[in-house]
Amino acid sequence: MDSITVLMTSPMSDYLETQLKDRFNLVKLWTYSSKTDFFKHNSHSIRAIVGNTKIGADAELIDSLPELEIVSSYSVGLDKIDLRKCQEKGIRVTNTPDVLTDDVADVAMGLMLAVARRVCECDRFVRRGLWPKGDFRLTNKFSGMQVGIVGLGRIGSAIAKRAEAFGCPISYYSRSEKPETNYKYFSNIIDLAVNCQILVVACALTEETHHIVNREVIDALGPEGILINIGRGSLIDEPELVSALLQGRLGGAGLDVFENEPEVPEQLFGLENVVLMPHVGSDTVETTDAMADLVIKNLEAHFLKKPLLTPVV
Amino acid sequence: MATDQATTPPAPEIQSHDLSQVILLHPPPVFNYFKDLFSKKFHLLKAWESPLPLHEFLTNHAHSTQAMLCSGTGPPISADVMRLLPSLRLVVTTSAGLNHIDLTECRNRGISIANAGEVFSEDVADLAVGLLIDVFRKVSASDRYVRHGLWATKGDYPLGSKLGGKRIGIVGLGSIGFQVAKRLEAFGCNISYNSRKRKDFVSYPFYTNVRELAANSDVLIICCGLTEQTRHMINREVLLALGKEGVIVNIGRGAIIHEKELVQCLVQGEIGGAGLDVFENEPDVPKELFELDNVVLAPHMAVFTTESFKDLCDLMIGNLEAFFSKKPLLSLVMNE
Repeated sequence: MDSITVLMTSPMSDYLETQLKDRFNLVKLWTYSSKTDFFKHNSHSIRAIVGNTKIGADAELIDSLPELEIVSSYSVGLDKIDLRKCQEKGIRVTNTPDVLTDDVADVAMGLMLAVARRVCECDRFVRRGLWPKGDFRLTNKFSGMQVGIVGLGRIGSAIAKRAEAFGCPISYYSRSEKPETNYKYFSNIIDLAVNCQILVVACALTEETHHIVNREVIDALGPEGILINIGRGSLIDEPELVSALLQGRLGGAGLDVFENEPEVPEQLFGLENVVLMPHVGSDTVETTDAMADLVIKNLEAHFLKKPLLTPVV
Repeated sequence: MATDQATTPPAPEIQSHDLSQVILLHPPPVFNYFKDLFSKKFHLLKAWESPLPLHEFLTNHAHSTQAMLCSGTGPPISADVMRLLPSLRLVVTTSAGLNHIDLTECRNRGISIANAGEVFSEDVADLAVGLLIDVFRKVSASDRYVRHGLWATKGDYPLGSKLGGKRIGIVGLGSIGFQVAKRLEAFGCNISYNSRKRKDFVSYPFYTNVRELAANSDVLIICCGLTEQTRHMINREVLLALGKEGVIVNIGRGAIIHEKELVQCLVQGEIGGAGLDVFENEPDVPKELFELDNVVLAPHMAVFTTESFKDLCDLMIGNLEAFFSKKPLLSLVMNE
């Protein structure tokens, strides 16, 4: 298949890059000094795009590649892909669900525990030599805290399963009720926020869910509440979040995603009640390799005219 | 009639020596939060507030004292100390661990011991899991990275390690160990254990010795008590068996691990990482650990939640009240 030209949008994985190079004619977007230069050399040969959470396939890119047949995303999130355009033009789209579900759910739990029990703050306390001066203070107990999940999809369900093992009652807000679960359903996000102590944002970013966690939701969660985001930064109104934390209107936050990665609001850096991670939800050796394998398998299936493994469009 | 009320003598003040005596050598952390509750119910002899040396204080003031309240912090409850308390019948400790109490002396003199029971097992288990996820997924280390502005300048953070499917070796499957196991099962981990005795109520694989458990595990979580048998039980041999990718979490007692050998293994990359809430000489922590990103450090705070402290306070008071009214203790430690 090395006559087939595949475009990789950013340096997302050395392993994936090697695999693509071995099988296809690989073009790396970041090696071109300008868009014009890139389009001049490649616009008529590229038949596949491998994108990720940083650079996907927007309308401009899709329109400039007339031979494009498939976008295989190295992510489960699809917010960087113009799905409507792909649908219009009959371009297939695949992503990497399931293989990263556990890792992202683990990070959500890690953030919950780190914020509720102040693990990172404790680590700083010890490293700064403060322990000889006196004991650490009391935190709140985590086990049994009411956990509210926004988006009870694969990742949301995996988070619920873990939190249940800590005796946490689970409630959720989702596009549709899931009667096969025993969790308490709320038909709107404000009621969910009022009725939980930890609100976990685990849904996809779409036009409808943009800033779904706004000032009203944050205020409903309240000064004892903890907000966790492992979805996409723009699910939360970030400036509102920052001001709520600075003003003590929100109890704490654990964030793996931000509106303008890799920029993180600097006002958060001095706060002890937040934990900040650089979008590492699926960043383990095991899972990144599994994601890469799934991207390759989808591409191979497409060009061998076999059924796609994880199609979205 | 109104005049009767005016002439009724006031109720006698409860004199503190009417309350039952309880000796404390040192204030347990929970005591500092609930001083009033204890003082209202018991006549407290506070050795640390006296200018007298301990043996003089006890001889002069605690000759008829039957009950003691202690904790893991403060002077050990040694045979020497207990000999200065001829009337001692009960030691109530705010800890689950008993390593600070001379158990042989208690056995010989028929002194009962009541401890924290299961009051904070969940909190300790929560911290153990929190530390483990932190080490595997680099929560604290990547939080430092972000706070130093390095994400924007240096790029993505190095990959962590997947927790699901990992083999967890629990050392000590008591109340805390069991709560840890229950939680980690939900993450898709495989649980094995070593304990003094096999436990019939679980189906996890049982290993008779810790070195073999380590050789068959990706993670060791220390949940046992400190005794003569467990002191320095986790030594270089066990750590090498755990291996270069192995992670150790300790929420038991620092001295269960040979700390110098642990530090050496971490510095030399012979094990993959550690999450530690306890140390051999608290509050001293080996400075070499401060250089390492694969280590997460906590200041013995696993039980430091408002809920645990309140429950602990209720349990301590409950044990003392039961003792003084000749009722069964709430959390009597059975000799095993």
